[in-house]
This record gives sequence, structure tokens and C-alpha cells, in this order.
Amino acid sequence: MHVTHLSLTDFRSYPALELVLEPGVTTFTGANGQGKTNLVEAVGYVSTLASHRVASDAPLVRAGAARAVVRSRIVRDDRAALIELEIVPGKANRARLNRSAVGRPRDILGILATVLFAPEDLALVKGDPGERRRFLDDLLVARAPRFAAVRADYERVLKQRSMLLKTAGAARRGGGAGDLRTLDVWDGHLVQHGVELLAARLDLVEALRPRVTAAYAAVAAEPGTPVAGTAVAGAADSGAGGPDSETADSAVPAPVAGAPSDPGRVAAAASPPGSAANGSANGSANGSTDGRPPGVGPSVAGMTYRCSFPLPVPPRPAGEAGGPVPDAVRPSAEALAEAMFAELARVRKQEIDRGVTLVGPHRDDLELRIGELPARGYASHGESWSYALALRLASFGLLTDDGREPVLLLDDVFAELDGSRRDRLAELVAPAEQVLVTAAVEADVPAALAGAHYRVAGGTVTRAG
Amino acid sequence: MYEGVVQDLIDELGLLPGIGPKSAQRIAFHILAADPADVRRLAHVLIEVKDKVRFCRICFNVAQEETCRVCADPRRDQALICVVEEPKDVVAIERTREFRGRYHVLGGAINPIGGVGPDNLRIRELVARLADGTVTELILATDPNTEGEVTASYLARQIGPMGLRITRLASGLPMGGDLEWADEVTLGRAFSGRRVVEA
Repeated sequence: MHVTHLSLTDFRSYPALELVLEPGVTTFTGANGQGKTNLVEAVGYVSTLASHRVASDAPLVRAGAARAVVRSRIVRDDRAALIELEIVPGKANRARLNRSAVGRPRDILGILATVLFAPEDLALVKGDPGERRRFLDDLLVARAPRFAAVRADYERVLKQRSMLLKTAGAARRGGGAGDLRTLDVWDGHLVQHGVELLAARLDLVEALRPRVTAAYAAVAAEPGTPVAGTAVAGAADSGAGGPDSETADSAVPAPVAGAPSDPGRVAAAASPPGSAANGSANGSANGSTDGRPPGVGPSVAGMTYRCSFPLPVPPRPAGEAGGPVPDAVRPSAEALAEAMFAELARVRKQEIDRGVTLVGPHRDDLELRIGELPARGYASHGESWSYALALRLASFGLLTDDGREPVLLLDDVFAELDGSRRDRLAELVAPAEQVLVTAAVEADVPAALAGAHYRVAGGTVTRAG
Repeated sequence: MYEGVVQDLIDELGLLPGIGPKSAQRIAFHILAADPADVRRLAHVLIEVKDKVRFCRICFNVAQEETCRVCADPRRDQALICVVEEPKDVVAIERTREFRGRYHVLGGAINPIGGVGPDNLRIRELVARLADGTVTELILATDPNTEGEVTASYLARQIGPMGLRITRLASGLPMGGDLEWADEVTLGRAFSGRRVVEA
């Protein structure tokens, strides 16, 4: 999909802006503070109803204005859609789709898919677990908008349950009994929504893992190194083997590692969900839920979902070390619920004493690894950047295989990268249907991303090439 | 701080729901400036509403008499009780003319953040109404949000052992709506609550 038209009224620094966009690469350059980022922020907002820069809506409205309006025309599978959003700080936003009002703004989630690369992405690797949980949940919502409701329901139950624990704990410390009669019922609802979220995250991590491994190898490789020759692609080939992986190679377009001259990378990056058993062979080998990464190279990116309670061992089809490791079947929702209930029972006293909910997806983390070492705390600055880019590239690949190729937004990201990562990233995103790039310095944008060019200065956007 | 009775008025108004100190002050000065007849009328209605309106001793709906009109109506099915959060929910269900049983108004929903636990709701009174076995079905019509769902689960746990039929209102698609515009939660619930079409 791509955006053909962006129109802003009183959004950030723009009193009024009309911008016609084309498929392919569009670059916006200009000095800092001129309004480049505001453009990709607006496109991102139409996609996710949130800004990557601020948590509240107030800064999005131009100083002195009461409301901001963002209109965006989108072409998806040759069909146009017009999304209009009115942002009123302190009040509910209003949304229209194709000129008719939708019940709730949330209903427009999922119409425009975007993947945004920004300097803030470094926090995905170096930041708190909350950053990685948000990454997973945002991607869940982008893939299936109903998870916006699952997430909201879970958070509501969590808040209520934690308040109940806090009140009861305080009463007990004061010598009273504390009213915990409704705790079992809250547990039931916490588990119900928590397991729905957890199961979706576990599935998502399985789907992401091989893509992240491949994308990391592609980004981190030395310039000029044929990526097909890396351990990643090799492992994928030997692990997958057989005719299935070849089918996958030829049947699937190359979304992430799209260089047509590079079939090995395509194979590793673009295994469709259906061939997960093959495609994630390398991934499962280095990052299965038991967390033991046997026999991985020193710089292979892996990841493990760290759950706040012991995950039940899933039924695992026969498969010996060395041979193709079958895709780990996720524990069933029933098994997850049982395990979560058991852990809640185990820590109940502690929860009451501390007045907090200690079990559930809000306590989980996605551990990122490079080789055997956790990326957080061990990876160099450059490696951390490579990993952050790999997470975004993997998201791009996943959404594309879902049949919803997202618009790529690269906000000021090239200035953060060294020359070789810059070129690698440019190569990998260039084949996308639409890429919007912002940069302070034109020379930071690699030549591979030639396309339309606009200059942004003092709130005006003018075509420069 | 204002002097004497002015501050008393501000303090009293500040106890009302949704009224903060600033609003309380604004309303207080509005009352000071208002026509004395208007203020008298307001004071009169406030006293009258407390004197005349009471809660039905059976279902706790608002009533003018000992019992509300629904509970006093002998044509109402004694075997059915519909549990709602607030009196306004009774009005909403009455408008459908679909339900011929009686009600039980809980007075809210379980809400730890709002400081509402089971003892703040009329649950004991509900259990007492069920004791003699006249009621055979309890319909849980609390709001379809987190607090309403939890309240329904809690009631089902408390009352389940009494052996009567407990049902929950179906949540599903609005009539006159378009399937394509239904949000995922509603559509998902409508799917899980689907029923066989009678030929």
C-alpha cells in the first residue's frame, strides 16, 4: 500500500499543508526543527493513532489552535481509501473513513500499515522490558487490530486487580482482614485476557525469530559480503532442506532482503508463516522457549520470550539435535491458563504483601541475544543498532507476508548509522512499495534511495528533485 | 478560604460527584448571585427528592411507594429476576417491553479503583430474595465492560451453588448495522455467542 496524499491542518508546525506522494522513495531534507519529522509522524498517527515522539496528543496540535486535522489518502490493492482524523487534546478524537464517521477512532486501525524506523528504536535493544513489550503489542495490533481491545481489556483488569491487592494489603498491615473475596474472580479475568495476549505474543515471536535472525545478518554483514554465505542462510538451508524450502523460496516475493541477486537471503528472510517449521529451524535452534541456544555462531541474532511464569512444555514432535529441529508447538491456551493460575496461587501471599500483580504479560520480556550474550548490556552501539533495525525489518517482512505491505517511514535514522549499516539498510528497504525518509543532511541518505526529494524549511515543503 | 457559610457551601458542593474545588466555587458564587426564588426552588426540590423518593424494598429501584411499580405489579413473572447495576438500566430494559420478570438493582459494579466491593452492592439482599426457591432464572445484565463482567462472574460464583439457572445477556451485533463496520470485540463475541437459525 502507499499514501498518495497527505493533508495537515494545524498539525504540529503546519497551519496548512497539502502534499502529493508517489510510490517509491520520497526524501525530505532540511535543517533541524523545520518540520520533517512532523510529516512522518502524521502518517504514523493515521496508522497507529499514536505518535512515536510523545505520549499525549496535546503537542500534536499547533500552538494556539484548538484542533488538528490529518487527512490521508491511501491506495491499497488498487483501491483508494480516505482517512480523516481530528485530534482534539483532552477530548476523544474523531475519525472518518471515506467521508463517513466511524464509531470509534480505533476502528481505523489496520487500514494503513506502517513500519517506522526512528532514533528512538535504540531503546528496543537497550531500554527496559516495557519497550520490547510495546514493540510486540504494537505489531500484534498492526497485524490484527482486535488486539487493541485485548490489550486495553487486560490493562483495565490489571489496574483493578492491583488496586484490590493494594487496598487489602494496606488493610492487613493496619491489623484488619482486607477484603479479598473478589480476588478469585479478578484472577479469572486476568488469566483470560492475559493468556489471549500471551499466546498471541508467543506466536508472534515464533514468526519473527527467523526473520530477525536473517535481517540482523543482512544488516550487520560487512559491505560486499555475499549474505547468502553467512551462517544464517546456511543454517536455514541445511535446517530446512527438502523441497518445502525451495517452494518457499520461489513462491514468496522477497520483502525484506529483497535484492533479487541474493536468493540465499531471500530464503532466510521471507519464509512464509505456513512454512514456519522450515523457516524457523535456525531460529528455534538458537532461541527456543527453553532458552538454550545450542551451536550458534558468535554473531547470530536470537531471541527468547521470557514469561513471568514457567511455560508449560509444549508437545514437541520428535526431532534430534543436529537434524532439523521441528518448530516448537506453542503450549495450548488451556495449558497457559493452567500455568498462570498455578503461579498466581504460588505468589498470592507475596502479591498481597506488596500490593502488586506479579504474574502476567505485563511482567514479561523479550530477551534479545547476539550469539550467546544478551544484547542488552553486552552489545556494542553498532550491534544494538543492527538489532533494532532487524526488528523493524522483520516487522516489515511479516506484515508484507500477511498481504499488507506497510509503508516504511525512516525518520532521521541514517544519521545514527555508520556507512556500512546505512548502505545495508538502504538496500533492504529500497524495494518496498513506498518509503518516506527524513534526513537533516542530504548526503546522509544513501544513493540506493534515490527518488523524489523535498526540502522542508520553516513549515513549507517544496519539491527539489 | 471564604468566610463561614460561603465556605460551607463550597465544601458541600465539592462532595458531589464530578465537582472539583474550582467548580464548587463557581457554583457557589452562581447561587449567591442568583434570584432568591430560583435558589428556594432548588432547595425545595433537593429536600423533596430525599423525602419522597425512596428505594423499592424488594429490588432497590427508585420508587415513590414502599415498592416500585414493577415489583407491585402482580402480572410480573415472579420466577425471573434481571440483575442490573443502576435504576437507569431498569428504564432501558423496560423500554424494550421484552422482559416480564422483576429486577434487582445492585447499585453499581465491583470496582476496586472506585472503592466498590461486594458489601457496597446489594448482593446479600439478592441472595435473600432467592432463598425461597420462587425464582428459577437469574439474568445477569450488568454492563459489558471489565467491571460489569467481573461482577457477573462474582455473582455466578456466589449464587451458582443455589441451583437456579443463571444467564448473561448476549452481546452481539447492533441491528441496522453493517457487519463490515462492527468492531472486532463485538463481532468476536457475536461469533462465540452464535445460535442455530430455526427454519
